[in-house]
Amino acid sequence: MGVIQVQEPGLFTTVQDLGREGFGAMGVSASGAADAVSLRLGNRMVGNREGAAGLEMTLLGGTITFLERALLALTGSDFGAALDGKPVELWSSFESKAEQTLRLGPTRTGARCYLCVQGGIAVELFLGSASTHILSGLGGHEGRALRKGDALKIGAEGGAIHERRLTARALKELQPRKVLRVTEGPQSDWFPESARRLFYESRYRVAEESNRMGIRLEGAIVPVLSGGEMISEGVSLGAIQVPEGGKPIILFVEQQTTGGYPKIANVISADLHSLGQLRPRDEIRFERVNWETARALLREQEDLMASEDLISG
Amino acid sequence: MATASGGARFEFASDQSLLVYFDELKETGRAESGLPQGEKSRAQARPLQSQIALQANEKVRKLLRLLEMDPIAGVRNVHPAYCSLLVKFDGLRLRHDEVEAVLRRYLERLEEIKLPEPRLVEIPVCYGGEFGPDLAEVCAIHGMRPARVVELHASAEYLVYFLGFVPGFAYLGELPEALVTPRLAVPRRRVPAGSVGIAGNQTGVYPFATPGGWRLIGRTPVAMFRDERAGFSLLAIGDRVRFAPISAERFGELEKEWA
Repeated sequence: MGVIQVQEPGLFTTVQDLGREGFGAMGVSASGAADAVSLRLGNRMVGNREGAAGLEMTLLGGTITFLERALLALTGSDFGAALDGKPVELWSSFESKAEQTLRLGPTRTGARCYLCVQGGIAVELFLGSASTHILSGLGGHEGRALRKGDALKIGAEGGAIHERRLTARALKELQPRKVLRVTEGPQSDWFPESARRLFYESRYRVAEESNRMGIRLEGAIVPVLSGGEMISEGVSLGAIQVPEGGKPIILFVEQQTTGGYPKIANVISADLHSLGQLRPRDEIRFERVNWETARALLREQEDLMASEDLISG
Repeated sequence: MATASGGARFEFASDQSLLVYFDELKETGRAESGLPQGEKSRAQARPLQSQIALQANEKVRKLLRLLEMDPIAGVRNVHPAYCSLLVKFDGLRLRHDEVEAVLRRYLERLEEIKLPEPRLVEIPVCYGGEFGPDLAEVCAIHGMRPARVVELHASAEYLVYFLGFVPGFAYLGELPEALVTPRLAVPRRRVPAGSVGIAGNQTGVYPFATPGGWRLIGRTPVAMFRDERAGFSLLAIGDRVRFAPISAERFGELEKEWA
């Protein structure tokens, strides 16, 4: 069983898989990779099942040594990775020999870079998932972000070493978006028409204090019709809630499971992975689509993910 | 996108989720809107409206139980709350109208569902001092002595309406009328794990150190959310809860036991 040695953890590096669904009644949100598409593709490039655990690095990557030979893939954002000083390509699997060191720097494009290893990162599962839930300190590697000196085990599963890369077409179509498509929220009618127009016509800036729980936005203040406070109810991933004060927050992977603020809109499933690549100060805007379109876009994305010509051998 | 059915209302939440509301008396789900300012702030201090919330919450628990006994293929998760249930599903397998149609059939069977006898869970609490930094202010708001606040808080038997916010956080109601207190104007950035808070006519225990706006009156040494061996959440939806005052010494002893 291989081992990964963390020389430098980077800014915020956690073990993530596709999360844990089914425990909402206990107040446990799904968690999981912020950019699930990148994690799924990285896993496929190293011959893992899509939901195997990998490392999610945020804004600044770390330095990692592989004690044994390993097949690796980096996906998501470009952190200028180099293996023993030699630059390595994103979206393509590559081999590390024993005792080689992968060094990543600050992001050049989006927010998160995924490191997938053939065999996956092996941690004790919590409620059926390897995902780290930071707020509760559960799951992943000791329920926390990685630190200098951590050693992580590589799992046994996975096929033979075989290099693969993502096709140019797939890369283009799965490019993260800055114009996020949304459907109406369950309290859309709490907002006057003028407020909704403002919300859809404005550009919003991602605030510094955004994290895996929520993406806070700065920009046009969205007035709520009246009251503003409601009875707490279940909230879905990508819900855009507007608290008193009118600054929208997009609920993200490590979201609270219930909330008491009205929701003006909800990011469509096909665009959720784009949220994982938003950096502080990025400018975004929202585009309203109907339910049929949202469904069709999800289907289209999953068809692409399942297509034969997604990854070339 | 709202439709009514046998005392329930359906609303699309996202392209892979829908909400079932049982609050038929409040058409829009809005809490007491359109009231004069003073009335409104009083209404906002009481998110639970006694009988309405109790009856609606019983339906939530029955539907949750039915979904556990008879799961719908393609439904991934449910988030229960006071008067509603969020149902998350796989949008590649199911459409909203299909989920709604199945749920309507479930709603017709709600009457026959018998909820299990509620468990009564006692939670030891050391009130005041460093564990309850807001106790003095709560006393000041109500013109009460600390002992009276403790007596009132520990005298009631609370219902776990649902768990939400973070793993293991139980929304308990209702607080005795005399203790109904608005939440803090500015939430704390970090509330210590085990803190017992009150907000409006609700009370609850913070399972983890998180930000929070409830007024803290005490702390429990008992872990609210633990690992697999301990069955995860101490409380479950529908449980009954009582708080038992303990001394600082007893807090220390129990803390060691739970460590």
